[in-house]
Amino acid sequence: MTIGLGHYLSVAAILFTLGIFGIFLNRKNVIIILMSIELILLSVNINFVAFSSFMGDIVGQIFALLVLTVAAAEAAIGLAILVVYFRNRGSIAVEDINLMKG
Amino acid sequence: MIPALFFYLFACMCVASGLMVIAARNPVHSVLFLILAFVNAAGLFLLLGAEFLAMILIVVYVGAVAVLFLFVVMMLDVDFVELREGFLQYLPIGALVGIVFLAEILLVVGAWTIGPGIPRVIAAPIPENLTNTEAIGLVLYTRYLYFFQAAGLVLLVAMIGAIVLTLRHKEKVKRQDIGAQVARSPATSIEIRKVKSGQGV
Repeated sequence: MTIGLGHYLSVAAILFTLGIFGIFLNRKNVIIILMSIELILLSVNINFVAFSSFMGDIVGQIFALLVLTVAAAEAAIGLAILVVYFRNRGSIAVEDINLMKG
Repeated sequence: MIPALFFYLFACMCVASGLMVIAARNPVHSVLFLILAFVNAAGLFLLLGAEFLAMILIVVYVGAVAVLFLFVVMMLDVDFVELREGFLQYLPIGALVGIVFLAEILLVVGAWTIGPGIPRVIAAPIPENLTNTEAIGLVLYTRYLYFFQAAGLVLLVAMIGAIVLTLRHKEKVKRQDIGAQVARSPATSIEIRKVKSGQGV
């Protein structure tokens, strides 16, 4: 019973699908949508590290590190926008966000 | 045997907590399940031999990002029950898209092999006698230095952006105005009055 590359890719695929599913399911709640995006980026990282480990190439882990950086920045900016939006409108419903257009 | 056991433990916990992230009624529970998913993903990274990334995942995600989410969820006074309206309405189409998507990805994963005639192109092989952290450092600080600097720049921009977005000056809050304090002179701040004894000013 050896664990191969396919096992890790399957876990990553399931996590990615859960992230997509979460975006569909929680159309109104921006916080859950942001968390789903974090899940998607996590699954991408699992793919990178799995390929890096099974191919014997360290560059995959470096790229995963960069993805992690971008994910952290995205979470910070997204939550900041959310806080400002809530301060202005008193709700975080996604449907109202299209009012921001010009 | 033992690594396979741990793989299935971490993978099942990771998938189950990922499911709970999107299905939990309370967003605070969602954040806590997100933390659990990240910790289990860090376990998977450990099994893959990427110790540095596993620890970074725990430090950055659990220590910073998830706590940030927790702060925001608890700070915003939102009626989350109202936000869950339409959950069942979107469930069929979401489930359909999810199942089709998962089936496609799993088909790709199951049928995927490297062609026998194709030489493996390896940019930087993992050295045998070094720890994972040393190996990453040796590559990251030399060949990928510019990418490292760009990552730092991304974080700087994110930090400045978050501060600029959320900083606000409240009205009616007294603040120290150093220029006005220094510019005071006796002529503008002292007034001499004759006060008759027995009467007020």
